Amino acid sequence: MSINATLIGQMITFALLVWFTMKFVWPPLMQAMEERQKKIADGLAAADKGKHEMELAEKRATALLRQAKEQAADIVSLAQKRAGELVEESKQTAKQEGDRMIVAAKAEIDREIQNTREGLRQQVATLAVTAAEQILQREVDQNRHREILDEFGKQLGQV
Amino acid sequence: MATEAHETGGATGYIVHHLTPLSVGEGFWTFHLDTLFFSAFLGFVFLIVFRMAALRVVTGVPGTLQNFAEMLVEFVDGQVKDAFHGKSAVIAPLSLSIFVWIWLMNFMDLIPVDLFPLIATSFGLEYLRVVPSTDLNATFGMSIAVFFLILFYSIKVKGPIGFAREMLLSPFGKWMIPFNLLLKLVEEFARPVSLALRLFGNMYAGELIFILIALLPWFIQPVLSFPWAVFHILIITLQAFIFMVLTIVYLSLAHEDH
Repeated sequence: MSINATLIGQMITFALLVWFTMKFVWPPLMQAMEERQKKIADGLAAADKGKHEMELAEKRATALLRQAKEQAADIVSLAQKRAGELVEESKQTAKQEGDRMIVAAKAEIDREIQNTREGLRQQVATLAVTAAEQILQREVDQNRHREILDEFGKQLGQV
Repeated sequence: MATEAHETGGATGYIVHHLTPLSVGEGFWTFHLDTLFFSAFLGFVFLIVFRMAALRVVTGVPGTLQNFAEMLVEFVDGQVKDAFHGKSAVIAPLSLSIFVWIWLMNFMDLIPVDLFPLIATSFGLEYLRVVPSTDLNATFGMSIAVFFLILFYSIKVKGPIGFAREMLLSPFGKWMIPFNLLLKLVEEFARPVSLALRLFGNMYAGELIFILIALLPWFIQPVLSFPWAVFHILIITLQAFIFMVLTIVYLSLAHEDH
């Protein structure tokens, strides 16, 4: 029961125990715990950040989608407008072309008429000369009467 | 065993036998071999287990051993952080050593009182007291070490002059210096004494009751010793906890000016 030298032994044991704990037990355990704490905190922060970023990306995607839709609608309406214009344009062109063709045809016809008239006039002139020859029963100097014949021909042309 | 003890020396003989340490030497230079051996052995167990945990430490998912060690470390660290607001590399590991070591020494109380003495007798050792914390030398060994730490930190933090001033001038000012000193000395010395005696008293009484229960007829023993053992699980933890917390509090007081 009495206090004796065991006390000294116990104190030495205790001191060694504390020294060892201080040196080799406490720091590594504490460090590991702190590191884990930091890791968890980092992980949570990263998760938060990821969530935030996902929200942002979602928002961006929605915006992009809406923009794309708008663009598509724009393009479609533009195309419709353009198609209308094209139709209108081709109508115009066709009409112009038709008009042009009509004009050309008319010109052709006019020319044809002119030619025909010319031909007829010549023939009539020839016929008239032949007829005059036959009527006069005489040699007619064609060169001497050219003037009269031309006059005649002109009068025929005016018909 | 109880009947055997009755034959040899009666109930008193049995109790005295169980409370007598295995000792060598004379007078002051007596060594309680059982106390020294078991406390050193238990300290060794504590160091081995915690050193293993510290060596295999991982920052990822901890294993069972590491979990256990970390739980204790965190618990002790929480206690230290609650009471002690300075920075010290000593106090937290010291508290962990105190808590686990005292707990292990107290735990020896729960081993059947006759088991180790019986084994020892077969090796020719007449006496064996297995609970180191029922030895005043063990409890005073710790409390005096703590006392020295308190003195050391008091002087280190406050300086020799500040420490002397606190010893002489508080609580009643400079006209009551002798009285102040007397009060302060009582206060300082009451700490290690109360620390050691509280632990010793609790463990000694607990062990004594186990021994008394062991004296009863065998069919009554379980009825009494089982509840007492269950209750004792609380006691040993509580005593280790009290010793640790008071150590932290005393050391934090040593770090603060009053």
